[in-house]
Amino acid sequence: MEFWAHWLWLIPFPPLAAAGALALTSRRRRRRAAVLAVGAMGASAALAFGAFASAAAHWGERAAVGFPWLQFGSRAFYLGWVLDPLSAAMTLMVAVVGLAIFIYSLGYMAEDENFVRFFCFLSLFAAAMLGLVIANSLLLLFICWELVGLTSYLLIGFWYQRPAAAAAAKKAFITTRVGDLGFLLGLVWLANESGSLLFYNGGRGCLEPQTVALLGARGAGIGGLSAAAAIGLLLFCGAVGKSGQLPLHVWLPDAMEGPTPVSALIHAATMVAAGVFLMARVYPLFGSEGASLVPHAMVWVGALTALCGALIAVAQTDIKRILAYSTISQLGYMFLGLGAGGVAVGMFHLTTHAFFKALLFLGAGSVIHACHGEQDIRRMGGVGRFAKVTFAAYAVGAMALAGVPVLFAGFWSKDAILHAAHHWRPSSLPFWLGVSGAVLTAFYMTRQLAYVFFGTYRGEGEPHESPPVMTRPLVFLALMAVFLGFVGTPALDAFGGFLSGERPRFELGALWEGGALQTMGLSTLAVALGFGLGWLLYGGARAAALGAMDPLERLWPGGYRALQNRLYVDEFYGVTVIWAQEAFSKLCAWMDEWIWGGLVAAWSAAAVAFAWLSRLIEEYAINAGFDAGCGGLRRGGRRAASFQDGKLQHYLRGIGVGFAVLALFLLWGR
Amino acid sequence: MSWSAAPWLSLLTLTPAVGGLVVLLAPLSPRRAAAFSKAVAALTLLGTLGVLAGFDRGAAGFQLVEQRAWAPQLGMTYFLGVDGLSVLLLPLAAGLTLWALALSGRWLKESRAYGALILLLEAGLMGSFTALNFFHWFLFWELSLAPAFFLIKLWGEGDRHGAAAQFFLYTMAGSVAMLVAFLALFGAAGSFDFPSLAEAARKGGWAPLLERGLRLPAGAGPAAAMALCLAVWLGFAVKIPIAPFHTWLPAAYVAAPTPVTILLTGAMSKMGVYGLARVWLGVFPVEAAQAAPWLLVVAVFSVVISAAAAVAQKDMKRMFAYSSVNHLGYCALALTAVAAASGRAGAEVSRQAAWSGFILQMVNHGITAGALFGFLALFEARTGCRRGLDEFGGLRRAAPVFCGLMGISAFASMGLPGLNGFVGEFLIFRGVFGLAPWAAAVSLTGLLLTAVFLLTMMQRVFHGPLRAEWRGFSDLSARERLAMAPAIAAMFALGLWPNLALMWCNQTVARLAEGAEKILTSML
Amino acid sequence: MVSLPACLALSGLLFTAGAAGVFLRRSALLGLISVELMLNAANLNFVAFWRHGASADGVDGVMFALFSIALAAGEAAVGLALIIAIYRRHRAVYLDELTELKG
Repeated sequence: MEFWAHWLWLIPFPPLAAAGALALTSRRRRRRAAVLAVGAMGASAALAFGAFASAAAHWGERAAVGFPWLQFGSRAFYLGWVLDPLSAAMTLMVAVVGLAIFIYSLGYMAEDENFVRFFCFLSLFAAAMLGLVIANSLLLLFICWELVGLTSYLLIGFWYQRPAAAAAAKKAFITTRVGDLGFLLGLVWLANESGSLLFYNGGRGCLEPQTVALLGARGAGIGGLSAAAAIGLLLFCGAVGKSGQLPLHVWLPDAMEGPTPVSALIHAATMVAAGVFLMARVYPLFGSEGASLVPHAMVWVGALTALCGALIAVAQTDIKRILAYSTISQLGYMFLGLGAGGVAVGMFHLTTHAFFKALLFLGAGSVIHACHGEQDIRRMGGVGRFAKVTFAAYAVGAMALAGVPVLFAGFWSKDAILHAAHHWRPSSLPFWLGVSGAVLTAFYMTRQLAYVFFGTYRGEGEPHESPPVMTRPLVFLALMAVFLGFVGTPALDAFGGFLSGERPRFELGALWEGGALQTMGLSTLAVALGFGLGWLLYGGARAAALGAMDPLERLWPGGYRALQNRLYVDEFYGVTVIWAQEAFSKLCAWMDEWIWGGLVAAWSAAAVAFAWLSRLIEEYAINAGFDAGCGGLRRGGRRAASFQDGKLQHYLRGIGVGFAVLALFLLWGR
Repeated sequence: MSWSAAPWLSLLTLTPAVGGLVVLLAPLSPRRAAAFSKAVAALTLLGTLGVLAGFDRGAAGFQLVEQRAWAPQLGMTYFLGVDGLSVLLLPLAAGLTLWALALSGRWLKESRAYGALILLLEAGLMGSFTALNFFHWFLFWELSLAPAFFLIKLWGEGDRHGAAAQFFLYTMAGSVAMLVAFLALFGAAGSFDFPSLAEAARKGGWAPLLERGLRLPAGAGPAAAMALCLAVWLGFAVKIPIAPFHTWLPAAYVAAPTPVTILLTGAMSKMGVYGLARVWLGVFPVEAAQAAPWLLVVAVFSVVISAAAAVAQKDMKRMFAYSSVNHLGYCALALTAVAAASGRAGAEVSRQAAWSGFILQMVNHGITAGALFGFLALFEARTGCRRGLDEFGGLRRAAPVFCGLMGISAFASMGLPGLNGFVGEFLIFRGVFGLAPWAAAVSLTGLLLTAVFLLTMMQRVFHGPLRAEWRGFSDLSARERLAMAPAIAAMFALGLWPNLALMWCNQTVARLAEGAEKILTSML
Repeated sequence: MVSLPACLALSGLLFTAGAAGVFLRRSALLGLISVELMLNAANLNFVAFWRHGASADGVDGVMFALFSIALAAGEAAVGLALIIAIYRRHRAVYLDELTELKG
């Protein structure tokens, strides 16, 4: 186990190296790229198996590695990896689903001119995602978290020439970044309070009891929160952004602009579940009394998202968007399970969901492929007759998602969540929200199946089955979607035992205890209700063609339109947040030009005005006065000089007058 | 004279200064002059690397010190030295100079004076990064201004005369405030040496010294000390710049030839940032701590408002200019937070993080902003100086390598982990959060807005359908790739292994974090 | 014997006539003549005061007059020479046109 933990970095390494190599590979070398990427992912999957086997052999143990990475002053931030049941299970899931999707992509992307670049980005994603799940340091987790965000951006915008794809990529990055800022703040807060970002570090890690107790007892300085609660809520912000929870879910449906394997891998199976994984990873932090607010927040946000996502999915017409809203809804279930029932409950649904949702997306990709790139379910129909393997696999996925009893994985994992919600003390509302969501899930999946696979074909051309390289991963995932459920039944909770470290025992009696059967019955009823309603509305050939009214729209036009427009959340953001941000930017630019720049301009204008004033004084007061004085003197001189006109007689007259005056003065002057 | 006792730092300043004068005055052909300028810049870069090689990473204090009497009556000594705070700025400035020259073919062909002025600017940078005496430092601080002014005025575009004049006058006004303040300090302490000044003010601040030295009425000391502190701060705030004293910057950056913009943003802004730490905080440890809570508001304001203003820009160069203000705002934020809590017990880790982030961010911003403007220079060469956001689209199709590498620079600027921007900003936020949590929280908005405008830029310019008129937009040539490679390599290197930069300053940082008064006094 | 007042009145008339001539006549020649008149008025005064004075038995007054006449002759010679020189230069001897003394 120590050995495996020490070499755990080798799991993300092959895809990382492949990504680096592919970045420098010419776009013509498609074959080499395919071998490199799939080979690297295969190596990762093999290593992940090894790590998982090691973790299973050392049931309930944990081995962690840490090393200083960012040394500042006399301190350092540590990175590291941890091999424990959680990381082993996640790693294996990511590697296996990833490998299936890599192989599928060989077929799906075969015609694309940027095949090499696609596998470069996809490998980088796989590396970052594997790094995220093995991280033993919140810092490493954050780094990988941002990197998966980057690859998500790159892959959503893979067909960057489409304006919609470019816009969706930007929207995804920025929306998740809103949450990431909360994550970052929680991260620095945790670093500040606990002094360590390593999760497990021989008793000094931030998830170990000593620190947890410390954080739970310390106040956050805001409204009586404990530091642990404040940090947890901030980290939850990041999870909300990444996992498409209310109110930051808007980016995920738009992300469907990316190629379908990307939607399957990143926006259904793995990356969007990273938020759930994050909360599961830091779950020990909420173990103290002061931090119970965080699980509460998860329950409420999760339950509301589960219902809203399912509601909106009901009225969508794009095959992938339906699945996207379904993903949002299912991620809500995961948070509900995490908050109400603990790590095992949430993680179990995460794992089963990864397989059956990847299956559904790949199936949808196969359908899109079959229908020549068409994504609107109103222009499909009857595809089941042309693509039998795809149909069978898709139906399995749909039933797993809807939670058809006993045989399908989704039933067990969703049931565990509902069971936990049922026992949640503070309120019973989340449970009923969850049950309503379950009804809607069965309903919208029936609608989608009816639209796509039944009735008559309403599109152009003739649908066809996809090549084996695409259908084989479907079959594999379909098998997983069935059998994976049996590792986590109440009777034999191997999954939960693996995560908690307890040896599971086979107890058929557990199915009857603690109201488990009632919950199962209720969820079975919910599924039956959903299927029944769906078939009633859409079954047979009742699905509407393009231009015709959807049966539900006929029934309830106002509601249908609101749901079709995604409850106007995007529009709401458009007129609030985005408007405010744009207005603020314009205000800042305006202030820059007119206030700060204006003050400088005014200052300089004042200086120039002063200069002009002094020039005026200089020219017209000082200079002119001097000139006037000089002129006066000169004129006086000229006038004086005119007496001396050179005329002798004038001089003589002057003398005469002088004499006369002198004489008169002498005579009478004294 | 032994090898290690040679005046390396003086040589570092003299090499570009003499080289610049030779280029200016010797009758060389422009081609020869260009080659000679590049050779001098390369030699200086080698010299800075030599300084780095000779730098003892295990020591916290000033190294390679040169101290000689100059004009003792005036408190002037010839006093040079580097420590962990400044040693990385030397190769950064020298590297950027060489890089700017490498990208300046068009202007170098035109005139010898261009290369000469760039070298003189480099001399000013080197001088002000190594000087430890106010007089000496101020000389180089001002010396760098004149070449920059002429570079903008003579080879700029658009409203270059107005921009150059505003740049010069605005910075000059700040410098004058600083000069007056230091004359007052000289009157009070009788020295221009930074360490002596800091030593004089270490206990109790400047207030009693000013009262005695300048014969102020009793009780006027604190106000006078605070006024001097703010005057010096203003000088740096204009130079860095910190909003709202930044309005010269967009005009100057846009008007300047883009290689000169690289130097302005990459190296010259660091004079202000470095001075703020070394001179302002070093000389006014007590007053800075008093003023810091208010200045922290200004720093946060600068971070947020410049990022928001960048969102509203339509010209890529203006956008990058505002982005520069935003990134330097993080440096100011870290430093002001440190100043505000310079003596608080138990916050040492946060101060170490903030100081490390501060230094790293200076280096990172030099590289990243330099790279972005460098790509812009190549961009302009292809489009005839057109760079409006709305004039392009889909360039990634025509020039995938160009857009890919420029995209990497943009993501580095956004603070994506794995690239250099992240480590600096992370350390800054880590440090500032421990010192002033609200400031860190509000400043995070800047990170979000940075992503908004850079992604918008990429969306509009790189993505979408390729416009017909830009079908001929050529990808990077092998030479251009070679020119941009060092910057991209540095982004990855520092992002993956930040110790590459931090190891030079860890000892100094540990000392600095003990308290602001250590910046100058305990370093000898 | 003619009384002193009569003599003085005659000399006064002569002097006045001479002065008026000097002040008013345009011609330099006539100015010169008028100067002679004024001089002669002075001579007349010399003689008259001598004759009615305390030392009437000497020849002092006559000697004064004779010297004065000689002086006047010399002055007239110089004056005429000047006038001729001026005439040569200006082709006229009108006093109001001669303004070379102006500053």
